[in-house]
Amino acid sequence: MSRRLGVGLGVGALLVWLPFTVSSVWQNLLITTFYFAYLGQAWNILGGYAGQLSLGHAAFFAIGAYTSVVLHTHFGISPWLGMFAGALLAAAVSQGIGYLGFRFGLRGFYFILLTLAAAEILRLIALHLPLLGGYTGLFINFTPNPWQFQFKGKIWYYFIALGFLAVASAVVWLIERSKFGAYLVAIREDEDAAEALGVDTFRYKMLAYAVSAGLTALGGTFYAYYQFYLQPNTVLSMHHSVDIMIRPIVGGSGTILGPILGSFLLELLGEFSRSYFAEGAAGLSVVIYGVLLIVVVLFLPRGVYPTLLGWLRRATGRRA
Amino acid sequence: MSLLAVEGVSKSFGGLAAVQRVTFTLAEGELLALIGPNGAGKTTLFHVISGFMAPDEGTIRYAGESLVGLRPHDICQRGMVRTFQITRPFNRLTVLENVLVGALERVAHRRQAVTIAEEVLALTGLAEKAGQLGHSLTLPDRKRLELARALATGPKVLLLDEVMAGLNPTETTRLIDLIRTIHGRGVTILLIEHVMRAVMALSQRILVLNYGELIAEGTPQTVVRNPKVIEAYLGEGYSSLDS
Repeated sequence: MSRRLGVGLGVGALLVWLPFTVSSVWQNLLITTFYFAYLGQAWNILGGYAGQLSLGHAAFFAIGAYTSVVLHTHFGISPWLGMFAGALLAAAVSQGIGYLGFRFGLRGFYFILLTLAAAEILRLIALHLPLLGGYTGLFINFTPNPWQFQFKGKIWYYFIALGFLAVASAVVWLIERSKFGAYLVAIREDEDAAEALGVDTFRYKMLAYAVSAGLTALGGTFYAYYQFYLQPNTVLSMHHSVDIMIRPIVGGSGTILGPILGSFLLELLGEFSRSYFAEGAAGLSVVIYGVLLIVVVLFLPRGVYPTLLGWLRRATGRRA
Repeated sequence: MSLLAVEGVSKSFGGLAAVQRVTFTLAEGELLALIGPNGAGKTTLFHVISGFMAPDEGTIRYAGESLVGLRPHDICQRGMVRTFQITRPFNRLTVLENVLVGALERVAHRRQAVTIAEEVLALTGLAEKAGQLGHSLTLPDRKRLELARALATGPKVLLLDEVMAGLNPTETTRLIDLIRTIHGRGVTILLIEHVMRAVMALSQRILVLNYGELIAEGTPQTVVRNPKVIEAYLGEGYSSLDS
């Protein structure tokens, strides 16, 4: 136990010290890593623990981002408050999608298609709604004011992203140890068996969806006030939904460290392929990134973290 | 007094009448067996009673309350729980975690649930395998796990769907003893079973289903002598052999 505490304190000290010593490029890389790990952790609750794969989490992200920006620019409400309005709205929308999907027993591919379609509908709405800036999107005028979620310098964003990730990880940690978490995992493994053992599968899937969507929406607010720009074809694209789900899948879905590990790996991988393969031919870095991704998924189908854990257990002679 | 009363229940799939106007009761503390040739509709009847399928017609009452329209978890929470013929362990969970899911139906906290789960594992002879993953179990252990998970919910009525299938004689004997122990603790049991040795050893009363219809009912001794039952199993012409 004391060793764990030591490791925790060490990692904590490193994370506090790190942003002050690295270049702005690396600061940005770390912020993106934490931020995607956060989104991955949020996705993980529904996709990893409950096993309901969503390919439309960009929808909740965008609801969070647009809600806080609209409340801020039109009503002067601080994004610090607006982000919770966005989270509530996203959770409400998730209940609509979830009701359609879960009440009518959509599973697997059909549920994936439903979530994808919901995000697409939202993208079309955003493209045609003047309030949301339509195709050109929304710009945020930079006014360095912490109360308006706007900061000079990356350090602040670094610690906010880290804080977001810590909170989401704590939520997942609590879920893992609760009845709620045990039920989600049972639903993932065999929904009918769970139902037969007294698990209200509909209710728990809905609850997982709400928590997952709400947390994702908070991440959208962070993005809006880090990029100062929202455009439907970016934040509501399928590509973005894939970006959200790919890190927990690579790292190990249904584990607390999976999304974090996956985010670090993919960010480094992306940076590596960009800096080494960008000069020869445009787009080659994306191809390399894709190939490496396929290799990971092919050889470590359960994700990097569970595989590492398995090796470690075999090496130390404990049960796998 | 009957705990479970099934009356006039029918269920069809397209043109196939899987269960037709089945009526029976299960008394509190009884151990009732439901037998019949393959495809007779036994499992469909279980699906209907446990809430996985809605009956086309008929009523199912449990402790005086109608179960039609309730979902399986509702029925489990009322004290009636089923197992699956084709075992469905939670593959990537340990045996203890599997049973824990059942135990959490009774208590909200994990720690209390672990206590219940450990007791159930001890009773069902799975204690040594508590840390093993669901998918790594052998068939006899999977059958026990089905039983253990259901028991952990603290049922008043157990619906067991062919828990003996695929077991060797020694394993069957052990499982018969286990079911007897569970019954002895006051659990009412409805048992679908093909293994006649188990049926004869355990049941107080037998229902026979053939082509979706109840064709016989009675004590084990009378049912096995019933010409209709012999005919259902062996075909026409054999029913007269016994007399």
